[in-house]
Amino acid sequence: MSFSKQDMARRAAAEIPAGSIVNLGIGLPTLCADYLPEGHAFLHSENGLLGMGPFPFEGDEHPQLINAGKQTVTVLPGGSTFDSAASFAMIRGGHVDLAILGAMQVSAAGDLANWAVPGGKVMGIGGAMDLATGCRRVIAIMQHATREGEHKLVARCTYPLTATAVVARVITELGVFDPVGDGFRVVELAPGVERAQVAALTGAPLL
Amino acid sequence: MSTGRHHHKVRDSVAAALDGLDSGMTVMVGGFGLCGNAEALIAGVIARGARDLTLVSNNAGAMGKGLATWLRAGIVRKVICSYLGSNEDLHTRMAAGTLEVEVTPQGTLAERMRAAGAGIPAFYTPTGVGTVVEEGKEVKVIDGRRYLLERALPADFALVRARKADRFGNLRFFRTARNFSPVMATAARTTVVEADELVEVGAIDPDDVHLPGLYVHRVVHVPAHEDPIEFRTVRPRPAADGAAGGVA
Repeated sequence: MSFSKQDMARRAAAEIPAGSIVNLGIGLPTLCADYLPEGHAFLHSENGLLGMGPFPFEGDEHPQLINAGKQTVTVLPGGSTFDSAASFAMIRGGHVDLAILGAMQVSAAGDLANWAVPGGKVMGIGGAMDLATGCRRVIAIMQHATREGEHKLVARCTYPLTATAVVARVITELGVFDPVGDGFRVVELAPGVERAQVAALTGAPLL
Repeated sequence: MSTGRHHHKVRDSVAAALDGLDSGMTVMVGGFGLCGNAEALIAGVIARGARDLTLVSNNAGAMGKGLATWLRAGIVRKVICSYLGSNEDLHTRMAAGTLEVEVTPQGTLAERMRAAGAGIPAFYTPTGVGTVVEEGKEVKVIDGRRYLLERALPADFALVRARKADRFGNLRFFRTARNFSPVMATAARTTVVEADELVEVGAIDPDDVHLPGLYVHRVVHVPAHEDPIEFRTVRPRPAADGAAGGVA
């Protein structure tokens, strides 16, 4: 047993305090929105939207209302739109309380690698470095290891870094872990997951 | 009496609006992917025949549309962007070495424009510290934290799309089509606006102006646009008097 993707998203959503400003990264983090009670938090999208709502009903989609993943979205009552400089000033100025981001590697020191695979196609940086550096708290949500069993929670990142010492908590299919410098502190294990199993799939000590 | 830069801004054609946009120039083009593109001005630059351009854009097009048409036409020498994503035209030319690509964090890209428009030659930011973005840049420790020195990014032209413009160039944007357009307008020597709707001076309340007309030099009225959607994501509509959802 382990967490499903939906379980991971639900567990990450539980980290979102009521009344907070949250940026959800592209991909799995976006699922967290499905587990937030209505009005619980304000979702920020770095292309210039605060108060982002769910996907529109069929036929209501508008090409000029999208999220940072370029998906059609909606804006909730109380929402606002603004330009990119203002949007990133919000992020860089520490006004966004929490970022939940996907990750390729997280180190025991909280370093984050989530924008490029060595030797792979360069997709670009986008808002990743700004979000990781500027948001007040950063949570990574990711698979615990690659399909080939390579560690993704590591002693030191080998992939190109996004930011150093920024990740406060990691949520994987195996549980919840905090990078604390010399290893990962086990906050909780997914149902049926054994500590030894996690240790074998983690590239740094479990504490 | 001489005529200032803010005398008659409305142009009756795209070609006239792009007068002076010549080969070798740095051109900023608003839009987040294909959202909020100045479609007629983008096409107009190809028609004009300008080449060897340095293009500043968050994505430089997508799906072969928007600014990807510039890449296909071979009129761009260098791209400054934050995200390539699935823009195959950009990937293939970058891999082939026929196009120089500078990838910048998105917030740094926006702030470099803001700085250029606000008379700030460079600024310190923590974004990119300890990453490849730091390479070749001055690092300064301020109150115990490391920062990179990033330089302002000005341009010869900015090509932007607005929902509504008045004849002085006061602009309003729609939803997330605003993105980089206002800040690009501040950073460029000449800003050209493609407006969905053109109204008389005074028709936009001063408190409702998103971008004051002093940043705008030319306006061309283009009522029809393709406005492609990159990722159409929707929910099924509930059968009757359904649950409250977001508003478009």
